Amino acid sequence: MINETLSVTVDRVEKVATDVVSLVLTRPDGAHFPAWQPGSHIDVHIDEGLTRQYSLCSSPSDLSHLRIAVLKVPDSRGGSIAVHERVSEGQRLIISTPRNNFPLTDSRKYLFLAGGIGITPIVPMLEWAESHGRDWRLFYGARDAGRMAFAEQLEQRYGTGRVTLVPEDSHGRVDLESVLGLPRAHMLVYACGPSGMLRAVEDLCMGWPPGVLKTERFVATELGPGSTDQPFEVELARTGTTVTVPADTTILEAVEAVGVRVLSSCRHGLCGTCETGVLAGMPEHRDAVLTDEDREAGQVMMICCSRAAAGCDRLTLDL
Amino acid sequence: MTAVDTTVREAPVLPVDPFSHESILDPYPMHAQLRSAGPVAWLEKYGCFAVNGFEEVYEVLTDFETYCSSGGLGPKDIRKQTSWRPPSILESDPPTHTVMRRALTGVINPSSVRALRGPFTGPAEDLADAVVARGAIDAVRDLAEVYPLRVFPDAVGIPEEGREHLLPYGNMVFNAFGPENDIHREAFAHGEERSAAIMRNCARQNLSDSGFGARIWERAHEGLITPEQATLLVRALLSAGVDTTVFGIGNTLKVLSERPDAWAALRKNPHLAKFAVDEALRVESPFQKFHRTATVDAVLGGVHIPEGAKLLLFLGAANRDPRRWADGDRFDLERTAAGHVAFGMGLHQCVGQPIARLEIELVLQALLKRVERLEPTGEPVPILHNVLRGFESIPVRLVPATD
Ligand code: HEM
Ligand code: FES
Repeated sequence: MINETLSVTVDRVEKVATDVVSLVLTRPDGAHFPAWQPGSHIDVHIDEGLTRQYSLCSSPSDLSHLRIAVLKVPDSRGGSIAVHERVSEGQRLIISTPRNNFPLTDSRKYLFLAGGIGITPIVPMLEWAESHGRDWRLFYGARDAGRMAFAEQLEQRYGTGRVTLVPEDSHGRVDLESVLGLPRAHMLVYACGPSGMLRAVEDLCMGWPPGVLKTERFVATELGPGSTDQPFEVELARTGTTVTVPADTTILEAVEAVGVRVLSSCRHGLCGTCETGVLAGMPEHRDAVLTDEDREAGQVMMICCSRAAAGCDRLTLDL
Repeated sequence: MTAVDTTVREAPVLPVDPFSHESILDPYPMHAQLRSAGPVAWLEKYGCFAVNGFEEVYEVLTDFETYCSSGGLGPKDIRKQTSWRPPSILESDPPTHTVMRRALTGVINPSSVRALRGPFTGPAEDLADAVVARGAIDAVRDLAEVYPLRVFPDAVGIPEEGREHLLPYGNMVFNAFGPENDIHREAFAHGEERSAAIMRNCARQNLSDSGFGARIWERAHEGLITPEQATLLVRALLSAGVDTTVFGIGNTLKVLSERPDAWAALRKNPHLAKFAVDEALRVESPFQKFHRTATVDAVLGGVHIPEGAKLLLFLGAANRDPRRWADGDRFDLERTAAGHVAFGMGLHQCVGQPIARLEIELVLQALLKRVERLEPTGEPVPILHNVLRGFESIPVRLVPATD
């Protein structure tokens, strides 16, 4: 299954922080975009065979346009550099419809932690939490104030009681130990940022109730969430059926949809409950449970988040 | 709380005694009595609130600010009266709880428990061979009590010497979550000697280098927790990790011995064993009840709860609450039991959950491979225990599979 794509016009290109440009995208026919939820991202087809994913940072309640913010990072294939150097106002781009790998679960309280460009998926979350009267705080850190996209707007809109900006050059790093030192009841923690920050957050959240931490990981290039999701097939050895896993669906969801029962819990690669034997094919592991040896052996995988490796279009699972 | 009726009532007063021998041996009629008075009632005899509704139990477990653990899991408020032992992770609140929990989760987590699958499988297979050869067995004495003691103490890394104290010590710890009745007194016979023996096993020099115990001590050396906390955490594993799992295995086998249809279905589809374990823990929850203490005035299930009140949570009743579970008294292999509270919920949710599930599942898998039918040969004898639900004996015949 090919993901639905949209042709869009780059309506506005704006520098919003050091090395960060924001693109406002509209539809050439003036139509609205399909509805999306906070945490969603789009694939942007930058060049022949070069696709990058960017979180949406506009408002889900205004579907007349979409907005993304792109940090320039030297990565081998130059996705973000191409956006910075070659995309100009008025240009056409092909994007996917919005998909959500980082959904905001309803809760009474939220703690949002953003590092650098990790602020992007958080922006619409703040709007949702605020308009729904939730109790929330944001801690937003970056190397220096100039690198903090949207910082002033957020502070102005929500106030310093909610928004704490922590530019490292003048304030040091966000003191995660103290921010996460006292778990609160009915509070979810949403964190998005560089992997070092996420590791520290994960470690500290071990003292919190299981499942409260939701993270969005920037893979490899730290450009966008996840690598590109391709559809592939899964053969279920016990049941003898073959299931197609579309790009926006997990293996777990796809096998559940055909009535196969698999025990699952976090559905985010954190708990290990959905571990499943791999009989053939090469998985791409995206969980936080398996050891490096397990990953290399490739005999088991967490089907709630892991997929088939690039170039492997079929996995045979012990299901 | 229903959205319509927001008036706060005083709790209905009930003369029910959940700690009478009758209620303990068969708790389900007692649950029905509690339920008929509403999700939250006042127990006259014990001066505490009885919380039996799923939604209300869930609320108390997840709102750890309003309903604290530092008051103790027993009926006394140990913030005011001293406890018989220094408070454990179970009996602490953030931020004290937070560092201890971090240390424990760093050590017992999905990946460290995965590594146990190998070492835990052999003993399950051996034990299954031995019991199948005998045919008629007591599923508790010959299996449920034997297996965890073969694998778990090694995983923690405690010495051979003193292991005989593990079950009686767990019995003390858990019975103390109920009132000081005859059952409590009996459990505490030889108490000091047992506590001392267990504490000796928690000291770093008495632990093997590779077990969970040593890894907890590493966190102390890194400075995350104090040496006293490391000792208490090892003690927590030893007290919380044995009896519960023994009962978890026993209760699962008891439920399945009554349901030949489910056994046959599992033999056809052994990968459903995980679901069977989950559903068995829901209908016969090993950890039935414990207390919390209200830190502020609160409203629960429409009932006013004053600050300082003790609440007795009935996890076993919540797990069968008809408002949450259709036909909740019935074991149903098709049911999605996920979301039950047999391992608690939220902040104090069982750290040992993946270990317990692994142990129960491996025993079940080993039996499913070898046993065509699991036939009861007598009535299971429930155990007299203040807060745990389990059986002293479950006589069964293992009819060997011919394939
Ligand atoms: C079927 C077996 C088991 C059951 C039914 C069970 C049940 C529970 C429950 C209900 C709680 C929460 C208590 C509360 O909220 O106050 C809990 C906590 C705990 N359990 Fe288990 N447990 C089992 C096995 C184990 C095992 C095998 C271990 C050790 C490896 C273990 C270690 C713990 C610890 C340390 C806590 C305290 C966690 C905290 O306070 O943060 N349990 N258990
Ligand atoms: S369900 Fe938790 S790792 Fe997959």
